[in-house]
Amino acid sequence: MTTMELLAWVKGPGLAIAIILMLFGVVVRLLEMLMLGRKRNLSEAREPNSSKYGWRTVITRSLPDLSSGQKLPIVFISGYIFHLGLFFIVFFFVPHIQVVRDLTGLSWPGFSHGLVDGITLITMITMVFILWHRVWDNVRRYLSRFSDYFVWTITFLPILTGYLLYHRLVLPYNEMMVVHIVTVELMLISLPLTKLMHTFTFVFSRWYTGEAAGRKGVKI
Amino acid sequence: MSDEQPLAELLQQQGITRRGFLKFCSGLATMMALPASMAPLIANALESAMRPSVIWLSFQECTGCTESLTRSHSPTIENLIFNIISLDYHHTLQAASGSAAEDARKQAMQDHYGKYLLVVDGSIPTKEDGVYSTIAGVSNLEMLKETAKGAAAIVSVGTCAAFGGLPYADPNPTGAVPVSALIKDKPIVNVSGCPPIPVVITGVLAHFLTFGKLPELDSSGRPLAFFGESIHDRCYRRPFYDQGKFAKSFDDEGARKGWCLYELGCKGPTTHNACATEKWNQGTSFPIQSGHPCLGCSEPDFWDAGSFYEAVTASPSDISGYVAPALIAGAAAGIGLGLANRIKKVRAEKQHEKVTNDDL
Repeated sequence: MTTMELLAWVKGPGLAIAIILMLFGVVVRLLEMLMLGRKRNLSEAREPNSSKYGWRTVITRSLPDLSSGQKLPIVFISGYIFHLGLFFIVFFFVPHIQVVRDLTGLSWPGFSHGLVDGITLITMITMVFILWHRVWDNVRRYLSRFSDYFVWTITFLPILTGYLLYHRLVLPYNEMMVVHIVTVELMLISLPLTKLMHTFTFVFSRWYTGEAAGRKGVKI
Repeated sequence: MSDEQPLAELLQQQGITRRGFLKFCSGLATMMALPASMAPLIANALESAMRPSVIWLSFQECTGCTESLTRSHSPTIENLIFNIISLDYHHTLQAASGSAAEDARKQAMQDHYGKYLLVVDGSIPTKEDGVYSTIAGVSNLEMLKETAKGAAAIVSVGTCAAFGGLPYADPNPTGAVPVSALIKDKPIVNVSGCPPIPVVITGVLAHFLTFGKLPELDSSGRPLAFFGESIHDRCYRRPFYDQGKFAKSFDDEGARKGWCLYELGCKGPTTHNACATEKWNQGTSFPIQSGHPCLGCSEPDFWDAGSFYEAVTASPSDISGYVAPALIAGAAAGIGLGLANRIKKVRAEKQHEKVTNDDL
């Protein structure tokens, strides 16, 4: 099998299989979780319209809470940088928009490649820092399991291989393209099977927390 | 022209000055990414070189490669060098025909056994013992095997000879294969392209004459000096790619302003060739400069690598028909698991025994 045949397979049927498995897995897990239901709350609600607190929390939990006495603001700052960086790389790099346009017909203007290149570098440095901090900090290291390191790796690899691909490093372009797309496919397949699932579940969990607190009269 | 006459004398006879010749040698050194100090070495080697015997076999091809190499340039030094090699057999260009032509090939093979260069254009059909293409009643398959035996090296000119090309494209009815699939015991250099750039073949020949061996090759067997960089890396439209400025159709504002053709299907990023630097028609232009995306013709299997007009990252698979079934199957499995969990919960509740005061 030549590199071009391999490339045609990974970006064609390979990508299709990965996306379909991802969609299937996400729907299975979301429905299973939602069908677990909630225990009926027998107490009288202090705030009858508690769902608005749920919706508010979905948004506010994305804002930094400076009152919580974080010792190391750099930790949550790096969290922002990494998440926003990943978002920009995935959705505002022109070749990625081309993939979405090709699959769905939707497209939007992208960033200049120099900008995406800079964002990628910053995102990778931030991710390495986050990993270092996880290992360096006793509490975080103790709380970390194999899956945490696995998820870090599976997220980092597409960014790294994309960067190497763009700069023509390590492997010839076509071969690196195959490696890059395969790492993306691994991430897509892993998404419903790992805590990457928070891409979808964060809305539900935040709403649940906010609504429960709001019902008890907590001002949030 | 005598076989014993060195190249320098032949060039002089053709009106090429020494200054022009040296300029050509430095140009070659630059193109092949050799240090400038190599230019005199190339000049010396070429000047003293005897006319190398070249046997050119045209198999399953369109003659585009021959057209490109012999006629696209007006006479230049490169072209004269090409004329000055002792082209002992080329059935499109030679005056002899019939058995006289075949005799010329056999004579050249005999006279220069182990020393002649074999140039091949076109792929070789292998199905039904290669009956799909024959010359003078001999199948291409047989002729290649016979002629390759005494060759010093083989130059596969064009994508058909190098990688199979169009005849090799799915479903490949003639069982066409590239030269490298049949000949394993000779050095082979692939000068791919549909057609290849004329100066690349001259460069390879000059390298062979200067150093007595073929130039450094990439993983696809192509001379690294010409195929080391992608079209995209050396494209004059590259700054537009980096700025995110793309032509969206062939007649929009972006196309008129000469923006990047990536979204129109340009295969520049995955294609290695020298078009963007050497260009065509004496450096006049190349496809991207004239407003058309690169097709990727110098890459293996370019014909089967998806649409020419879809971006290089575009997925050739249509998943639209699978999304709804995947979501429905996911929903069914999710609801099934959810119900199973419910049943488990109800059962657990039923089995739950209440603790009474007596128990305590």
